[in-house]
Order: sequence, then C-alpha cells, then structure tokens
Amino acid sequence: MPARIEPLAITAYSATSALGCGLAAHFDALREGRGGLRINDFSCAPLDCRVGRVAGVEDATLPAPLEHWDCRNNRLAWLGLQQDGLHDAIAHAVGRYGATRVALVLGTSTASVGATEEAYRRLDGGRFPADLRRPEIHTPHSLTAFVADATNISGPALTISTACSSSAKVFASAARLIRLGLADAALVGGVDTLCESVLFGFHSLELVSPQACRPFDVQRDGISIGEAAAFALLERAEVAPDVPRLIGYGESSDAYHMSAPEPEGRGATAALDDALARAGIDAARVDYVNLHGTATLKNDEVEAKLLPRFPTRTRASSTKGFTGHTLGAAGALEAVIALLAIGHGVVPPNLGCTEPMPEAAAWLALRPARQAIDIALSNSFGFGGNNACLVFSRAGALA
Amino acid sequence: MSTMLQIGVTGIGAWLQGAPDWPSVRDVLLGRRDLAADAPSKPAASVLPAAERRRAPDSVRLAAEVASQACAMAGVGPAVLPCIFASTHGEVAITDYVCETLAQAPLELSPTKFHNSVLNAPAGYWTIATGCTAPSSAVTAYRRSFAAGLLEAVTFACAEGAPVLFASCDVASSGPLAEMTRTTLAFGVALVLAPDAPDNPRLQLSLRGGGADEPAPTGLALRRVAGDNPANTHALALLAALARAQPSRLALPLSSGLSLDMEITP
Repeated sequence: MPARIEPLAITAYSATSALGCGLAAHFDALREGRGGLRINDFSCAPLDCRVGRVAGVEDATLPAPLEHWDCRNNRLAWLGLQQDGLHDAIAHAVGRYGATRVALVLGTSTASVGATEEAYRRLDGGRFPADLRRPEIHTPHSLTAFVADATNISGPALTISTACSSSAKVFASAARLIRLGLADAALVGGVDTLCESVLFGFHSLELVSPQACRPFDVQRDGISIGEAAAFALLERAEVAPDVPRLIGYGESSDAYHMSAPEPEGRGATAALDDALARAGIDAARVDYVNLHGTATLKNDEVEAKLLPRFPTRTRASSTKGFTGHTLGAAGALEAVIALLAIGHGVVPPNLGCTEPMPEAAAWLALRPARQAIDIALSNSFGFGGNNACLVFSRAGALA
Repeated sequence: MSTMLQIGVTGIGAWLQGAPDWPSVRDVLLGRRDLAADAPSKPAASVLPAAERRRAPDSVRLAAEVASQACAMAGVGPAVLPCIFASTHGEVAITDYVCETLAQAPLELSPTKFHNSVLNAPAGYWTIATGCTAPSSAVTAYRRSFAAGLLEAVTFACAEGAPVLFASCDVASSGPLAEMTRTTLAFGVALVLAPDAPDNPRLQLSLRGGGADEPAPTGLALRRVAGDNPANTHALALLAALARAQPSRLALPLSSGLSLDMEITP
C-alpha cells in the first residue's frame, strides 16, 4: 500500500457544462435536481439521443492573439477559464511563484478532433481547407498548448489522454510534480467537446441511450454524451489553510478488455484502495462518493460491487444524469462537483434513476439532501481498463 | 531552485524499419552499420496474442514491441510495472479512417476502430497482453512529447519509489491529415527506469529556465526517421548518448520557458 501523502490546497476551481457556466449554475442545478440534457441537435445528421451541450460555446470568441487556436474545444476551454475568478487566481500563482514554477496538466479524450473532422468534410482538392491548415489544432495536445498560451503558464505542460479517466489522473500527476519540487503550483483540469467521433463511435458500440441516461437504474440502457470544461488550481497546503484539499489519489489498470470493465471490479477496487491509503483514511470516513456511473449495463453493475466497501451512511451518486458523460473532462468535472458537495454541504442526487439497482440502493442518493460532507471521493474509469480514484476533504477534516 | 531527479536506465527497447532492436539501433547510431535493406515494415510484437496482433493498429504493435524489448533487457515482469506511453500524434491512420468515414457514412463507423482510436490504445493492449494491473497512462505534448513524457515517467518513478516503463512511439501518417502531422516513418523507443539502480547507466534530470536549442541531428541514416517530428529527434539524441556510453549532457526543450537538462552517466 502506498504511504500517506501531504494534502494539497485547491485554491480555485470551476466547471462549465450543460448545467451552465461556473459554480453557481452547477450548485443551483444540483440542489434543485435540474438536469441539463437535451435532444441532440449536434452534427450534420444528429443521432436520436440526448446530449449535454454547453450553451454559448459557438459564440465564445478568442482574443486576437489566440485566434490561431480557434476551434470548439478551445472555445469551451476559454469559456471555462473566464469563470469563478480562475483567470485572476492563475495570474496570481504565476506572479507569486514565477511562470515556469506553475505546471499545467490537462486531460482530454478527443481534444480538438472536431476541427479535424470538419477539415475532412470540407477537403479542398484532397487537402485541408486553408482556414483549417493549422497543425497545432490537429494534435491531441491542442487543448494544453492553447491553455498554456492563454494563461502564460510556462512550467511543465502535459496532456493526459486515457479516455474517460484522463482528467482524474491529472490530479495525481500534478501532485507528484509538486511533491518532488518540480513545481510550486499546478493548473489541472479537463476539456472535451461534442464531436462526431464520440457520438457515432459510442453509437457504433451500442452504448448510447436513446433517452436521458439513467445511472444505476434497473432499466438503464446506455450513456448520454456531454461536454465540459473544468479546472482546479493546486498549491501546497500551507499557503491556504481554509480551502478544500486533495488528500489522495489511486490509479490502476484492469488488464481485461479495451471497452468493457473487468467483471469483478478488481482494477477499480485497487484504485480505491490506493487512494484511501494515500489519504490515510478508512472507507468508513467517506461521506460522499461521486460515482463514475455511466449508465451502461456493465459499468454500473461492476461499480456497484465497490459500494459495500462503504457504510450505508455514505451517500453515493452519479451526476451524469445532469451533465451527460463528458468523457475526458468527466474526472475534473466530477472532482469539482465533489468539491461543491464539500463546500455547500449538499449531496448531489443520482438524477435519472427511478428504480435503483437493488445492490446499489442502500447507498444511492436519489434526491438532493443537505448534509455536512468532510470527505468526498470521485471515481473515473476509462477505455483500455484505465481507473482513477480521487479523495478530497474539507480543510482540517483530517486534523 | 529546481530539484535534481536521479534515475537508472535498466532496459532499452527501440524499433525502426531496418534496425528492429536496441543493439541494431545502437550500432547505427555509432556508425557501425547501416539500416538493413528489405527489412520487415512492421514490428513482430510477439508479446501480443495472435488475434490481438491482427486487430491491433500499427502504433500498438510498435509500442508493444519496444516495451517488451525494454522489459526483457531489464529482466522485469511487465505485470507489476507501471507504464507511461507517449506519442505526438497517436494512431494517425485511425484518425484518418474515422474522419473520412464520418464525412461520408458516419453510421458505418467501425466499433473496433473507434475504441482503437483512443490515445491510450497502446497502454490498453499492453496491460491486457501482459496482465499488468499497475497504473498505466497515455501522454502527449505535441513537439515536446518525448521530453514531457520522460519527465512524467521519471517523476512517477521518483515520487512513488517504483520502477516504470516509458515508451515513446509515433507511426507513419496517412491521408489528408499527414500534411499536418508530417511523420513519415515509424519509430519507437522504450526505457525501463528505476530509482534505485546503482549498477546501470544513470540520468540526472533537472529543469532549467530559458529553454533549450534543438539538439543537433543524429547520423545521416537516422535523419529521415526523425523527419519533422522533434519527439523522434529528441529520443534519438538520448539514445545516441546512451550508445556512446560516455559521460555527457543533453538539454531538450520542455516548455516555452524550460528545458529538461540531463546528465548521462554510463
């Protein structure tokens, strides 16, 4: 088992998703049980399903010096960076520590492949059309390179792309960089946007529900795809005594199948065990678990096998019924939701579930509830059997 | 001041057409031989089960080949070894297929090709083939993918106190996307990195402000391999230093304001 780690302060955080731009929009929607999924109107030939689409991405414009980064994913990243004082907090960290002492680790599954798809639709004599002949947006690093440019962060910069665990793993990588003294702060996060690759790709795997997804419901029949941008700024604990903490992380591989979870949940359990060990706590201390809960038959069946690790007073929910599955952004988005739960003492409900799976029912929060939350955990599992688990706490909860 | 990280190199794997393993690549780098003519265009990747090997995209075969070479040289079982796979562009042939299909007949998209399109396909196939349940990752940093991936791997090894497998691979581009990605030949390298390996070649890494110039290109035979993909040039520069087996220094561009400085001790 790994040793306990020094907690890190989360000095700023924000999310932008189908629930709206910024923390207040998310808190209101979660507290009221109001979801953001709508009928799919994305792409030239929309599939018959629901999506978690962010209103206003199309209208977001990048400042002139950043225009060469323009594409849907980078517009969403830009929109996300404008919320909740993130811009100022990042500028403050850059000023305090120096630009090269701030690391940037972002997760994305498809980055700006939507721009590559568009180039193929508009080929000009077999070549990309002139306006899309920009090599830097046709790479999986497009998001991180853009955010580095937009924030003036010039420390170590890395994109993690492990499908749906991408932006959970960024917290672990950033924690290691800070622990070893390679950086004094790190901006982490995840951004993924709706694109045809994921809509038609998950459709080809028969994993997309025709209706709004129903995590942990006995009638669940697949995912709803969403898009989101979520960020968090990590610094050493002593600089911010009163803000929430990242106290643990765990990562593992299933070694089982490219697109299906290991049936007994051994990989997910290993990630959970490592995360709890690094936090130095027992599962009994966890107040809230934000489940991966994609609403596929297999994910929820396997993830439910983890729940008996927790006492039944622990509340658990998937929030994908609110936002859709935001893929590479899900880890960071749901980390922010766990932080909101801690900050406001609210248990986000498992929207979309009316008849819970019997094996999960004792833990599932079906309605919003007020409850003090000192310790919250978030699960993320991706294609290729890639698992990550994060643990957050209220400042002082471990004292 | 920035930290110094010390790491031992206990295993090396490499593959390119005409030099299918580390000893051959080393000899080419040292000018002792040329690339073999008429060599197989795809790596053997015998670590993958036959059925998986047939289905696997080129980037997966390449990663599996160099990763298994490095593990064999290090004498470590892959099942417990955390692994980090870096790539500048991922599997361009699959991105090309997916985008072309979406433009013409989106409902005909192949589910297998879709799940092979994720950047962590090599990590997924590798962990499945070797039964590896340790953490695995897939990382990219465009033209700095090799340096940034190496830093991520060494950081993991030093922070968690465990050896790691690091691989950096890119395959040939195809289709209209090739004009953007400009990688013409497949090249892969893998290192097993151990924090406590006093009898092995060692790297001492640190971050230095001010950035770095691009390292001088390696021998003529390998310039085509590096092509327009700096990650390949950077990987070859480190391999060349390891091949020479003499104390040396190398600086690779890491970010707009930093270079990754390395002291290499044989």
